[in-house]
Amino acid sequence: MVNSSSPAVNVTDLHVRRGKHPVLHGLSVSVPRGVVVGLLGPSGCGKTTLMRTIVGVQVVQSGTVTVLGHEAGSASLRHRVGYVTQDASVYDDLTVRQNLQYFRAVLGAPRRDVDRVLALTDLTSQAGQLVGSLSGGQRSRVSLAGALLGSPDLLVLDEPTVGLDPLLRVELWTLFHQLAAVGTSLLVSSHVMDEASRCDRLLLMRDGEILADDTPAGLLAATGAEDTEGAFLALIRRHPHPDGSLRDSSDGNPS
Amino acid sequence: MTPQRTLATAGRVLSQVRHDPRTIVLLLVVPSLLIGLLAWIFSDTPVFATIGPGMIALFPFIVMFLVTSITTLRERRTGTLERLLSMPLGKGDLILGYTLAFGLLAVAQSAVAVGFAVWVCGLQISGSIWLLLAVAVADAVLGTTLGLLASAFARTEFQVVQFMPALVFPQILLGGIFLPRDQLPDALRAISDWLPLSHAIDALQAVATDTQDAAYIGGELLIIGAWIVGAVVLGSVTLRRRTP
Repeated sequence: MVNSSSPAVNVTDLHVRRGKHPVLHGLSVSVPRGVVVGLLGPSGCGKTTLMRTIVGVQVVQSGTVTVLGHEAGSASLRHRVGYVTQDASVYDDLTVRQNLQYFRAVLGAPRRDVDRVLALTDLTSQAGQLVGSLSGGQRSRVSLAGALLGSPDLLVLDEPTVGLDPLLRVELWTLFHQLAAVGTSLLVSSHVMDEASRCDRLLLMRDGEILADDTPAGLLAATGAEDTEGAFLALIRRHPHPDGSLRDSSDGNPS
Repeated sequence: MTPQRTLATAGRVLSQVRHDPRTIVLLLVVPSLLIGLLAWIFSDTPVFATIGPGMIALFPFIVMFLVTSITTLRERRTGTLERLLSMPLGKGDLILGYTLAFGLLAVAQSAVAVGFAVWVCGLQISGSIWLLLAVAVADAVLGTTLGLLASAFARTEFQVVQFMPALVFPQILLGGIFLPRDQLPDALRAISDWLPLSHAIDALQAVATDTQDAAYIGGELLIIGAWIVGAVVLGSVTLRRRTP
């Protein structure tokens, strides 16, 4: 058994290119255990690529990625890491329950787990509906419910709160903290800066690099900003691009 | 790879189809309608008796190829495949699960097509009707596995539909329905000997006319089986957990 105080995820000098475009160039970062870590940054900055690498579905050029003490993507991790892609990856032509029953069978989790995750994601009353007939927010909750099956040790959630109403977002962040309280490590990405204050720890990312790795309070203190958005802008001003522009090289806009 | 995960995958695919009654009806009825149309076209000639058995091979093969390739491509494109491959699902579980589910549908489809051809269209089958059904099912499963393989090389639905004329039509043209294979130019004859559909059509015609023994049919079934296994293995190899 690996020392439980070792980080949940440890990334060293990671290089990834998607197509001809280098996305991550020498990124190093670590995600501690048992807390909610927010991965924030403009769209196109490499959040999804980093998450795909941690889950082990991304071809990498070089670098080491260790997850829960094992090499990312190794077979022993496939039970222990829950992954929610940005677009809900669920079957529209199955009911909510049938989706979860299938994922449960693939994971080999106990049968009663389906009812547990339905209750956690507030989908019990929709269990018999076809996923294709649900709203966008409900569909993404089905996707999240699938990742909660089998109580994984690490949850990698790519923008899980996009398109949800404010009340539901609060409920989900409460759920994330409940999961962290029982020892689950969570890495949650978002491009909405006001979600940053809900995280225990923040990774601010821009253009394939980590600009800051701190607690929300520490980040505000270090930058003297009033909110995370201001902190992010202050950091960008400290680390301008070689061409002097503040904007990300991709389509993203930090504001 | 475990039997539980393979069966769960097959069950999941069948539940998806069950939620789409129109597909089920099309799957079961269209081949019979086309065979009926052919029988009608050639009603006062002896042609249907010659090409009818081949048609039983053709339609389930084509329909299964299309249905499978599009369904699996959809799985690749909606992100569910990425999710499954980050989970403890073996690549073989997925491919075999699909083969099992569509293979079962192929059994139903072939049974309807054979029954319709024999009892409604009056196709004369001198040999065993069970052997005829066995060849038809093998042929439909072949369509399923080739469809699985084709979907690995397609990025879009448009591309995967183009694989149908690319992979299926040559087999039809060379399979002996348009011109008996022994009358083909030598080079084409040699090529057609390697194509699985040729053997399916040969086997069905042999059962219909009862001109060959069961060992011959078994040999043809083995060749089709080898193609099925080859397509499943290649399909598993082309499935990658890590993508660029």
